[in-house]
Amino acid sequence: MSDARRQGAAEPTREDARVAPKPALRRFHQARWDEKLIFELSTPGQRGIEVPAPEPEVAAAVGDVAAALPDALRRGTPPALPELGQQQVLRHYLRLSQENLGADLNVDVGQGTCTMKYSPKVNDSFVRDPRVAEAHPLQDASTVQGLLEIMYRLEGLLREVSGMDRVSLQPAAGSSAIWTNVAMIRAYFAARGEAEQRDTVITSSFSHPSNAACAKTAGYRVITLPPDADGYPDIEALRAAAGPRTAALLITNPEDTGIYNPRIEEFVRLVHEAGGLCAYDQANANGILGITRAREAGFDLCHFNLHKTFSTPHACGGPAAGACGVTEELAPYLPRPTVEFDGERYRLEHDRPDSVGSVRPFYGVVPNLVRAYAWIMSLGAEGLREAAEVAVLNNNYLLSRIREIPGVSVPYAQSRPRVEQVRYSWERLHADTGVHSEEIGLRAADFGTHYWTSHHPYTVPEPMTLEPTESYSRADLDEYAAILAEVAREAYEDPDVVRTAPHRSTVHRAREDTLESAATWAVTWRAYRRKVLGEDGA
Amino acid sequence: MIRVGLVVNPVAGLGGRVGLQGSDGEAVQQRARELGARPRAGTRARAALSELAARGADVELLAAPGVLGARWAAGAGWPHRVVPVAPSSETGSAECADSAVLRPGSPRLGVVPPARRAPGSGVGTRAPDAGHVHDAGRPGAPRTTAADTVAAVRALRDAGVRLLLFAGGDGTARDVYDALGGDTELTVLGIPTGVKMHSAVFSVNPRAAGEVAAVYGREEGGVPTRRAEVMDRDEAALRQGRVTARLYGWLPVPFVPARLQQRKTGGTVLSPDAVGGIAREVREAAQRLPGAGSRGPLLVLGPGTTTQALAAALGAEVGPTGVSALVPGGGTAEVVARNAGGDALLDLVRAGRPALVALSPVGGQGFLLGRGNQQLGPEVIRAAGGAARVLVVCTESKLAALGGRPLLVDSGDDALDAELTGYRPVITGRGALTMYRVTI
Amino acid sequence: MTATPPHAHPYIPNSAPAVRRAMLKAVGTDSVEDFYADIPASLRLHRPLNLPAPLRSEAGLVRHLEELLAGGRSTRDTLSFLGAGCYPHHVPAVVDEVVNRSEFLTAYAGEPYEDHGRFQAMWEYQSLMAELLAAEVVNVPVYDGFQAAGTALRMAGRVTGRRRLLAVSDTAPEQLSKVTDYVRPEHEVTVLPPRADGRADLDAVRAELAAGDVAAVWAQAPAYSGLVDEGLPDLAELAHEAGALYVVGCNPLTLGVLAPPADYGADIACGDIQPLGVHMSYGGGNAGFLATQDVEQLVAEFPTRLFGLVPTSVEGEYGFGDVAFERTSFALREEGREWVGTASALHGIGAGVYLALMGPHGMREIGETVLAHTAYAKRRLAEVPGVEVPQADAVHFADFPVRFTGSRTAVEVNAALLEHGIFGGALRPERGPHEALFCVTETHTTADIDRLADTLKGIP
Repeated sequence: MSDARRQGAAEPTREDARVAPKPALRRFHQARWDEKLIFELSTPGQRGIEVPAPEPEVAAAVGDVAAALPDALRRGTPPALPELGQQQVLRHYLRLSQENLGADLNVDVGQGTCTMKYSPKVNDSFVRDPRVAEAHPLQDASTVQGLLEIMYRLEGLLREVSGMDRVSLQPAAGSSAIWTNVAMIRAYFAARGEAEQRDTVITSSFSHPSNAACAKTAGYRVITLPPDADGYPDIEALRAAAGPRTAALLITNPEDTGIYNPRIEEFVRLVHEAGGLCAYDQANANGILGITRAREAGFDLCHFNLHKTFSTPHACGGPAAGACGVTEELAPYLPRPTVEFDGERYRLEHDRPDSVGSVRPFYGVVPNLVRAYAWIMSLGAEGLREAAEVAVLNNNYLLSRIREIPGVSVPYAQSRPRVEQVRYSWERLHADTGVHSEEIGLRAADFGTHYWTSHHPYTVPEPMTLEPTESYSRADLDEYAAILAEVAREAYEDPDVVRTAPHRSTVHRAREDTLESAATWAVTWRAYRRKVLGEDGA
Repeated sequence: MIRVGLVVNPVAGLGGRVGLQGSDGEAVQQRARELGARPRAGTRARAALSELAARGADVELLAAPGVLGARWAAGAGWPHRVVPVAPSSETGSAECADSAVLRPGSPRLGVVPPARRAPGSGVGTRAPDAGHVHDAGRPGAPRTTAADTVAAVRALRDAGVRLLLFAGGDGTARDVYDALGGDTELTVLGIPTGVKMHSAVFSVNPRAAGEVAAVYGREEGGVPTRRAEVMDRDEAALRQGRVTARLYGWLPVPFVPARLQQRKTGGTVLSPDAVGGIAREVREAAQRLPGAGSRGPLLVLGPGTTTQALAAALGAEVGPTGVSALVPGGGTAEVVARNAGGDALLDLVRAGRPALVALSPVGGQGFLLGRGNQQLGPEVIRAAGGAARVLVVCTESKLAALGGRPLLVDSGDDALDAELTGYRPVITGRGALTMYRVTI
Repeated sequence: MTATPPHAHPYIPNSAPAVRRAMLKAVGTDSVEDFYADIPASLRLHRPLNLPAPLRSEAGLVRHLEELLAGGRSTRDTLSFLGAGCYPHHVPAVVDEVVNRSEFLTAYAGEPYEDHGRFQAMWEYQSLMAELLAAEVVNVPVYDGFQAAGTALRMAGRVTGRRRLLAVSDTAPEQLSKVTDYVRPEHEVTVLPPRADGRADLDAVRAELAAGDVAAVWAQAPAYSGLVDEGLPDLAELAHEAGALYVVGCNPLTLGVLAPPADYGADIACGDIQPLGVHMSYGGGNAGFLATQDVEQLVAEFPTRLFGLVPTSVEGEYGFGDVAFERTSFALREEGREWVGTASALHGIGAGVYLALMGPHGMREIGETVLAHTAYAKRRLAEVPGVEVPQADAVHFADFPVRFTGSRTAVEVNAALLEHGIFGGALRPERGPHEALFCVTETHTTADIDRLADTLKGIP
């Protein structure tokens, strides 16, 4: 009983018990543990885990093997790893995890082009099953029929989604899949004796830059098609670029602007007429599942990012997974092995003489293949189409909300709808207030969310790319738009608040210029101690 | 703490709001006033200073007197020191304070400063009618002249400023250039207030100027500079309906590249500003020319900072102005001509080496030929082998900054222009081209 | 009146018909078809996708996956001697706890402010690996060890400007395939087969280096066969004398007992961190590392991200960001021609947790145990009639080669072992039908190894 009651003060009323309604925007604060570095938590003599020691009979039989190593190959000084008890290690990393804003926790529509959708928890449970997690890739096929069947079925599902004839699940991620497609294109022309002649790959400004980068890695000259006045890749530039040197067109559609290129068939035809191949980067496929496919547009190759469109978690930047689809004509060049089924047994086929070989160890990022399979199976044809339509509806709904915010604009193709994402511009707000898009993004962090600008160079000035997938509710989208509206209002009325953000984050503005000089950048604790703290022998 | 100077051309931008193409020349200013124009240079300078303050810059601000600077600094709430300005020939005494510079109602109209010539290249000679008198824009309002700007810039320089902020347009940039000369070490940055904004010495907007200045203030001695073009349009020609512009010279501006916020996947880790790859492409193209093996190819470089950097990447030092010619070898390229005139270039190209001409768009307007590089006349291009021997080079960033506008040619030879137009590959990096539209 | 249950998929909240209608109305349309107006009719799929009926209930989905996985076996339930690039080490429970946290598992690419934890955990991973590798620079992980090797060799090519790469160790055939294809436009790989005793052929290496066109000597520590080559330090000397870089692929789990490559002259170390607390997942758990000293010329050639530690505006607060090495004047980055993309970050965080748990003593102990188990297994198997252990006098780590000298091929021996509930060794078809690669780690017991030897004795 409180002192007040004892002293005969008035009984609390219903009014006293009432909690006021929530304010319009949440009063978020990111966790701030002010955590030290793991090295600073070390106490000599402590340990986080026990390791099995050789049993006495082993020791008796072989002696000290390490001592028998030649001096030059035996480790002298033990590695200066920290020494901590198990709970101390756990607590350190749990604190760091709390200082991280996962997609499960925020309305993660701000990482445009990344397709941040819900990764169902039940799918995680499958990959923790020992029959997945503890399977060795070289086990006899008879012991892993279920895993092989999942991969075989997933290939079948993706064949239908893309319309292509064969699909490889080996690529490690989206860019790895682009690389795999480029490697197949290279092998295809080498087999036809046209490798020397066809030394050029064509892509567009708003396709993912990995298309150009992978092509260059493979030794190709790259021609970029700039956007025309409406934001579509310039078809006249393609006419000028395509010719006998063209190996392939690598193109995204819809592009990172969210604009679908309605002349894509003509693009494909022009390149085919020049003797080149066409590869469809389907990183932005989330809005067109079941609506349109690579096959109908005439592509020879395509790829999906399974961690985007097919919901596997982004894991701080991987592991991801990619899938490459090809027509029958390109199928011989697919990575090896493939998964085959003879009507009774599933097996791995390594005997593929024209294959580009392995693009990664073994068969692919299997846990994410299992997740993607489970996700597609939980939706089916109708569900995939529903996911696509709602992703597009969410995007156009968010677009209508963002358009209401002063200072933001939507470049290009004004009268056209957007598919699954939009590249916006804060150019006007910047001109009016001096606040940059990056700064708005950092201020958004104070409200428990974030966004991404775009790739460089900024063809759209002061860009912002939002991609609300099918996972977000209308209320989620309204909240996100309200946060941006609030930050824009602050930019006009109190720009310092925005410029000096974040204010409610784990840390404050970092001094990043030290990362630009070889004298001061510190990539590791070891380097930091030597270069910055000036410790000898570090 | 570093010293930053401020000079404002209070009448810059007068013409734009009322549909005139510029503010240079008393007649234009008069017309602008009649149309109800109000100057905005001062308020824009104030916006830049507010931004400088907001970003917590540790700078000592020195301002030219009165409407030439101090008034706007005061308006932005900045403590500043007023630097006396010596009297200009046009306006008489400008010792200190407003009254000295402001000459209400009694301008000496029509006084034309001596014709100026950009050093070295011989380009950019200014038409006599382009001399101008600044006027604050309404009857009875203060008037200032180009000479006041020149005098103020020199006074600030002599007072030891490290960075000069000037508010104005292309005409003001020219005045700053005239005051300092092309070889100046003083870093300048334009606060854009004018109508004509072809020069590359301006920030994208007034607040951005404050932001860059703040970085400059924080990183004393640590901010690199790059040379940026001072451009101007030919006013008389413009009012006859032709858009022409000239390269007037170069001034050093702070180089503060946009922070690469490329946290998520990026296609490549290469900076979009890199020119090393362009240089290798150009060298290889030159070495592939028929006959290059026996004679060594001739590489003719148009003016510009991109071509200058390209030359540097090939091991040759040339200035950003003028046209130069190199013979790229396996190692360091040999410079065979600097600031070459048209006749010299023609002789070089005809001397027998297979030749390539590398051009980069100058200024913000995308001209490849006919502006700032008139030495590269049609006869030189033809002697080199015509349009097939012209390479266009540009960094991805600069190309993106064109905002989709086409590249322009005006060689003076319609047939050659026709050959050069259409979609041409622009070399943007190692093995990287952008197919870009060139028009006349 | 009965209420109609909302027909909304649990993963798609706005698929509830009323919500969908209201949102369409809010944007001024009545059909999503309007949003697809730019897709020509000729490209539209005018039929539903032909996919199996969906398993909309979670219970149904769980049952379906169980049916698929039923009957499957793993190294958890079956004694396995498979390694060959994918290793059955114990994964500490704390590692799983951390990498399965939603905050880490579902994050992607936030700034260092909203994702400070990810940056710190990743920087700590770089730092922990650096201690293990005696290096100062370690990257944010690439896809896998294959990719890391390809990139390390391309880096060496950019630094030296030379074309040829010498592969001098026994290398996994698929890794060689991947690397050869990856470096193809810039480099050719010359494979120098090791000598009969498994060691690099130093004379052949010297002869090849004499041509002066070699960018890198590429060795494995241990080799694919598990061999720890005593010639590894000599290769450094040969490479450096010829102006080439020395690139060493290594298994980081060995480095509590084996010298880090930097200590015997490697310029770039690379490899896969799967052994450091990443589940095998049927060969799907990989992440690649690259390590060098903090030499600007080398750092400038990393095509990957490198996180750096920086101060913030608050005293005593650590901030993180990307090292902006593209600003350096060094290096021919434009020749880089590689890419940065989503790779394997979470495995890096997990490996960091692993190293923090293990500490210096744990890493030494696990190395000693694996070395002892490997030596013991070699000895026990060598005693089996019809089984030969080549390179018997050399030191092997985890993997070791076995040759079946009887009538049975390795495939047949494995089939017989499987009947006894044992996964035998990895096949080495490129070395003939009788060779295999067996593997033991700290997870094996003496009894496991004895059981293998005894079972083999029963297989004529």
